[in-house]
Amino acid sequence: MTATAFWLVRLRNLFAVIMLSGIYSLFAAALYLVMDAVDVAFTEAAVGAGISTVLMLGTLSMTTDQEKVHKKVSPFALILVLATGGVLIYGTMDMPRYGDINAPINQHVANRYLEKSAHEVGPPNVVTSVLASYRGYDTLGETAVVFTAAVGVLVIIGRTQNKNMPGSTRARRRREDELDEPVKPEDGARKNEEASSS
Amino acid sequence: MMTEKPLLRVVAKLLIPLILLFALYVQFHGDFGPGGGFQAGVIFAVAFILYSLIYGVRVARQAIPASATRSMLAFGVLIYGGTGVVTMLMGGEFLDYNVLAATVHGGQHLGVFLVEFGVGTTVAGAMITIFYTFSGHVNDNLPFRKHNHVVTPSKKGDGH
Repeated sequence: MTATAFWLVRLRNLFAVIMLSGIYSLFAAALYLVMDAVDVAFTEAAVGAGISTVLMLGTLSMTTDQEKVHKKVSPFALILVLATGGVLIYGTMDMPRYGDINAPINQHVANRYLEKSAHEVGPPNVVTSVLASYRGYDTLGETAVVFTAAVGVLVIIGRTQNKNMPGSTRARRRREDELDEPVKPEDGARKNEEASSS
Repeated sequence: MMTEKPLLRVVAKLLIPLILLFALYVQFHGDFGPGGGFQAGVIFAVAFILYSLIYGVRVARQAIPASATRSMLAFGVLIYGGTGVVTMLMGGEFLDYNVLAATVHGGQHLGVFLVEFGVGTTVAGAMITIFYTFSGHVNDNLPFRKHNHVVTPSKKGDGH
């Protein structure tokens, strides 16, 4: 996993970077599986390795697939990154060992959930009952976040996709201004096709 | 495009119903095994994304139009919030599922089911909407797979 991460940083071809980040997600999913967090592993495999790879490829098709190389090394940025990394590593030193029975996470509400969830909620999968019932408010918030994210994408770049939407007519008018003649919506697309094949 | 990549097209045709079925399994079996609304929504969306990758976004838009995915997006949050409002109307607190049915377990089961369904609907709608928006923005007429060819010329340009 670490090797993949270093390789990711060194690569300049963004297409390979996206493929590698998908592989990285798959490794992460395997790691979660080893840690018995099946639900998280499931999500990581589906979202990290699946959907986000496709969405990044979609983004790539709007830009170029080569990263711009900056030769200049900024000393301030280097110091800042090193300091932040150092503080983060220092912070992990105080953390209890993985699976420690006395760790706060195993002493707080987790035990109560494990003991009473079958009585109070019912489903054998405690993760589901915690997410949907005990932490129902949080999950509602998360759903709203997903909703907001999709609406944000629609607002920012979704204007040209629907011919009935007001944004698309504006985009067409802009094309008309550039060419000094009216164009049908299909013409612009065909032009792109020709540009790509040449 | 219709005659290209017959292998991919046949395999996709076989796989897509299974993926959809698996999404439904993950959605409704989340109480007993790993999974739930979020994962199910993603898998459900993946089936349509795979379809549009291989058959082209235009064909996929006929199968599930963008307006439908946008409605799903809002409808899921509505189901989730609506469940909370219904529990309030039935005399409980917001998202207190106990009042939904005669028994505590029955109420909780129904509540979790509805809420997970809401999450799944929103996530599936969101993923397909985002994918449609990205691919629709590039070029409406071309299938998605060809877009990579739009990118590659710049790579060749850098080479010489």
